[in-house]
Amino acid sequence: MDISQSVIMTIMTAATPLLLAALGELIVERSGVLNLGLEGMMATAAACGFAMAIVSGSTTVGVLCAVLSAMALAGLFGFVTLSLGANQVASGLALTIFGLGLSGLIGAGFVGTSRPPLEPLFIEGLTDLPGFGKIIFGQDFFVYTSWILILAILIFLHLTRAGLTLRCIGENHHSAHAIGLPVLKTRFRAVLFGGACAGLAGAYLSLVYTPFWSPGMTAGRGWIALSLVVFAAWRAERVLLGALLFGGATVLQLHAQAASLGLPSQLLSAVPYLATLIALVFMSLGRKSGTVTPGSLGQPFVPER
Amino acid sequence: MRLELSPRQNVWPLFRLLSPIFAMAMAGLLASLVIMILGQSPQAAFDVYVLGPLDDSWAIQEIAIKMVPLVLIATGLSFCFRANLWNIGAEGQFTFGAIIGSILPLLTQGMGFGPWVMVIALLMGMLGGALFSLIPAYLRAHLNVSEILSSLMLVYVAQLLLDWLVRGPWRDPNGFNFPQTVNFDAGSLLPVLMDDGRLHAGVILAGIVVLVSMIVLSLTLFGFRVKVIGSAPKAAGFAGFSSKETIFAVFIISGSLSGLAGIIEVLGHIGQLKPSISTNAGFTAITVAFLGRLTPIGILFGAFIVALTTIGGENAQIMLKLPLDLTTCFQGLLLLCVLVSDSLTSYQIRFVSDKPSPTTPIEDA
Repeated sequence: MDISQSVIMTIMTAATPLLLAALGELIVERSGVLNLGLEGMMATAAACGFAMAIVSGSTTVGVLCAVLSAMALAGLFGFVTLSLGANQVASGLALTIFGLGLSGLIGAGFVGTSRPPLEPLFIEGLTDLPGFGKIIFGQDFFVYTSWILILAILIFLHLTRAGLTLRCIGENHHSAHAIGLPVLKTRFRAVLFGGACAGLAGAYLSLVYTPFWSPGMTAGRGWIALSLVVFAAWRAERVLLGALLFGGATVLQLHAQAASLGLPSQLLSAVPYLATLIALVFMSLGRKSGTVTPGSLGQPFVPER
Repeated sequence: MRLELSPRQNVWPLFRLLSPIFAMAMAGLLASLVIMILGQSPQAAFDVYVLGPLDDSWAIQEIAIKMVPLVLIATGLSFCFRANLWNIGAEGQFTFGAIIGSILPLLTQGMGFGPWVMVIALLMGMLGGALFSLIPAYLRAHLNVSEILSSLMLVYVAQLLLDWLVRGPWRDPNGFNFPQTVNFDAGSLLPVLMDDGRLHAGVILAGIVVLVSMIVLSLTLFGFRVKVIGSAPKAAGFAGFSSKETIFAVFIISGSLSGLAGIIEVLGHIGQLKPSISTNAGFTAITVAFLGRLTPIGILFGAFIVALTTIGGENAQIMLKLPLDLTTCFQGLLLLCVLVSDSLTSYQIRFVSDKPSPTTPIEDA
């Protein structure tokens, strides 16, 4: 494998959890709900997925449990904010605090345990093609899932009636309600979908990215994924671009660390967070204020009467 | 079958007052369930978490010490949250305040200067926190960048900066390579209030902050402005209240109080800088602020509950082998329950059958 190929592979590895989580959140936010609990859902999923993979000895069971655990948290969030109309920002934060604590409870018994990470796909004759072979045919399940998700989301949002309904509800829930669209039901489904994606992202971290589980292993990736959605102006194809850019920043950080340029390692570790901040600033500079944000984002839906 | 919300017209004031208590009961029940799953008796856990710390004077002092940063940060956050600004990076402002505040005590270490070092250090800590909060404030006010994300990203930056400082330029040369600075002079630390214990003068400062913020919120035009901008942004616009000015004002208040909390922790009972100066106070304070319904007195009460269960959690880890993360879990649940019961006081919830029905019937105007 040559250098450029390995760099691209590393970028994709770093980008995939962000991409998965951000794509889920994109659908949630397009429906008008702001779920800040991404970090908590990812952390819980990472712990739950790892624990169940160890207990059952099967990666598939681990992934499934990760997805289900994150969906359960998302369901809790949906019940609290949609059915009971609680403040979304604060509830999302609460979910993050709760999820981080829960991940510690679940994972405590598995610290120090390690398992072989999920193997990438290998197709004789395709994966060993020179140049792009490994990049296109040598990825793992999660990477392919994220690629399919982007396509599926693009088709769903722009070519299906259900996607139109979702966007409409996100833009103006009162108008949507007035023409008979099911605001809360659609939102609840979107929130669950977001949970499932966060679950995949979490599972990726503990089952593919590293061979072990450690407390706080999400390291702010949930928050970076949230920023990616804003950075991408709520569009799926741009989420991919953003995720790859962040993957690139991570790789740059790793290479600089390896090359020991004499820079403090903490500065390099700060790169993803600073890059996120700078990306958010540039996005705002390049656009007129608030024109792309879903109109009802973050507001509880209370039918007018 | 589904739930439908409708705003309550008149809310009985007592109902609002009781809502956090209802939330605590709910969270307590849920926590008992978790504790039962973990194989312990909730009765024993209640003894350790809640009653134990109230039993001896040492633990009561510890509760007061834990309350200080929570009260300070939560009071600052309550200004932000009231104005509908979501500063969730208090942890970063706390850390940066601790860093800036420590400059002078470090420089004067070993020179035996008096308490004026401490006074200036406290002021510099506030300044540090305020400066750090100006970044998200500026980005929000002028570039419309979400303050939620920017303030949070800066938490990681501040923590890494602190980590670099105490492992690099500020490391104690005689500290056996531990990531920490030298111990500050006793003269530049906050005075201890009682002979037997660690209770320090930070408690008094926190008390003063609570009093001042009560006055500001209820008696000044500024307090009124914050409340109006948060609850009725349109009305605030008509009244000519500048939202940009308010963004800067509430961020500076909350940043400087978080910074003050940071330097008080360092000068109060830690005595040096190290990576572990914070015990997540910046995030826990969010729970405290909501538990206190964003009022100064409520925050005192909320901080007490949270500090009590934190000490209880430490005891439970030793006595019942219950993991510390259980406390984090409980605090997350508590915040959720507070938000739910807040919502239940403002909205009426009705069960509606899911039969296709005409959407909102038009009543005569």
